[in-house]
Amino acid sequence: MKTYVARRLLALVPTLFFASLIVFVTVRLIPGDVIDLMLSQNDVSASKLTRDQLVAALGLDRPMWEQYGRWMGGILFRGDFGQSLWQSVPVSELLLARMPVTLELGLLALIVALIVAIPIGVYSAIRQDTTGDYIARSFSILMLAVPSFWTGTMVMVFPSIWWGWSPEVRFVPFTENPIQNLKQMILPAIILGTALSAVSMRLTRTMMLEVLRQDYIRTAWAKGLSERLVVARHALRNALIPVVTLIGVQAPLLIGGAVIMEQIFVIPGMGLLLLDAVYQRDYPIITGVFLVVGVAIMLLNLVIDLSYGLLDPRVRYR
Amino acid sequence: MGAPILQVRGLTTRFRTDRGELTAVDDASFDVDRGETVAIVGESGSGKSVTALSILRLIPSPPGRIAAGEVIFEGRNLLELDNASIRDIRGNKIAMIFQEPMSSLNPSLSVGIQVAEPIHEHRRTPWAAALEKATELISRVRIPDAQSRLASFPHQYSGGMRQRIMIAMSLGCAPSLIIADEPTTALDVTVQAQILDLLKQITKETGTALMLITHDLGVVARYADRVIVMYGGRIVETAPARELYKSPRHPYTVGLLTSVPRLDGDTGQRLIPIDGQPPDLARLPPGCAFAPRCRAAIERCHHERPKLEPVSPTHQKACFVDANLVQ
Repeated sequence: MKTYVARRLLALVPTLFFASLIVFVTVRLIPGDVIDLMLSQNDVSASKLTRDQLVAALGLDRPMWEQYGRWMGGILFRGDFGQSLWQSVPVSELLLARMPVTLELGLLALIVALIVAIPIGVYSAIRQDTTGDYIARSFSILMLAVPSFWTGTMVMVFPSIWWGWSPEVRFVPFTENPIQNLKQMILPAIILGTALSAVSMRLTRTMMLEVLRQDYIRTAWAKGLSERLVVARHALRNALIPVVTLIGVQAPLLIGGAVIMEQIFVIPGMGLLLLDAVYQRDYPIITGVFLVVGVAIMLLNLVIDLSYGLLDPRVRYR
Repeated sequence: MGAPILQVRGLTTRFRTDRGELTAVDDASFDVDRGETVAIVGESGSGKSVTALSILRLIPSPPGRIAAGEVIFEGRNLLELDNASIRDIRGNKIAMIFQEPMSSLNPSLSVGIQVAEPIHEHRRTPWAAALEKATELISRVRIPDAQSRLASFPHQYSGGMRQRIMIAMSLGCAPSLIIADEPTTALDVTVQAQILDLLKQITKETGTALMLITHDLGVVARYADRVIVMYGGRIVETAPARELYKSPRHPYTVGLLTSVPRLDGDTGQRLIPIDGQPPDLARLPPGCAFAPRCRAAIERCHHERPKLEPVSPTHQKACFVDANLVQ
């Protein structure tokens, strides 16, 4: 188990290397140039500096490989993700401030997704082809079909027109005032979570139906167990393994969704940071966000692979 | 011997299929006495497993349904009980052992939990005590080192060991009847005898009645007190095991016996196969289901369905043909 984890962590190194290369290069291929943007705005620094001076000051006159080397070296040896081109603040500082917010939103959305998907999926399976099953399945198709940015916008717009109520947009960190914080986070989390729940619900239903046909479920019935025990103790655990895998696959969707939700609900997380950085071509921030998100997704998938061992005793890590 | 422990009367189970509803068990009636071992014999599709599953109402529904009949156990008709009452019978008064030990145990629960579970659920025994009882049962089915095996999982066991676990599981609540649905079909020949010996010995010690579903006449000869032969969903003959071997009265039974090699038979004796194919349950003939394959069939067999009638007080057959001709 320990060697397995060590090997998996080691395997992250080449993956991250290639990921960082791709991110670093593609970011610089975005049309539009940060220098033009800076010069076009009546920025104080821009008015005093010539174009060449500005390029040199930002280190953008160096060859691409040297820029990459410096950037990587900084991260590896000093934990330094570089400076924001616009704000002259270390990127690592920005990331540290924004990461917990996005993490919270993602986690809340995931919890919502599971709370919605698993019980409804199970219900749908054990009451297959009943009205309840059809309602649940229609609901999940609806959730799949409606994009969360649309739902988010509607939730933002219509309540304020109808009832003069609009969601909280003044951000308060969780550590400062949890209740106030959750008040703002819960709506985007629900919207994002229900959108994600659609696929997991379908998979939970399918897997439950599959498991309920197994011989050992008949054994459980023959033991005289109640439906509740047959489902909860004997079926659910075996049905959940693929659902857990799906969560890992959906993690990038979760982060992509969080970016959009942060924009709509004005939540100062990494998504908002990234979006602003892309508009401003603030390369160090963009690469920093991508790298952190990449590491997070890879670690999440490692955790998921490890959790199979808890669900299925046949799994051995070698 | 007293009243039978289980009385099955006119049991009829049907399955809906693409080709219409077929009758998997047709008007089956038989008794199981206290402490007795009854074998139900037949080829695949003869309705023997469906009979077993119908008794505990474990037929998947849909597509299956028990269309008619009574299953009287301890004075109550199991087919009319509410869900809570039938649950109280399953695994408690009547336990069941299945054909596939590889897939009949839950892969994600420890063996200890699975064996202790019926004790915990039916007897309201706390888990710790139920697990202790499970240890006892596991050593009773002759698995060494039972204590340390409680935490192990089914995939760590061989087929024979898993079937022993299934047996241990069935014994938890000291049932008065164990239904074993082809318990050794999926096992190696060498292991088959061990498992059946174990089952026989334990049921004898505890006075538990055993209903043994099998297609293997060798098993029947060695372990059963009484035999029920099924063909095409119907019971065609029933007799004490010894008598059935000595003087079978139904042509199908005769066919079964002569198509199997016997250790005590003459060397060089030819085996006589039964001609034709097992019947298609969706297209049973109007008369005797076996008539199309029967060497002794007369005109009447093709039009009229023979009823199960006594040959002697303990022996019944469903056949029009004179018994002597059959032999």
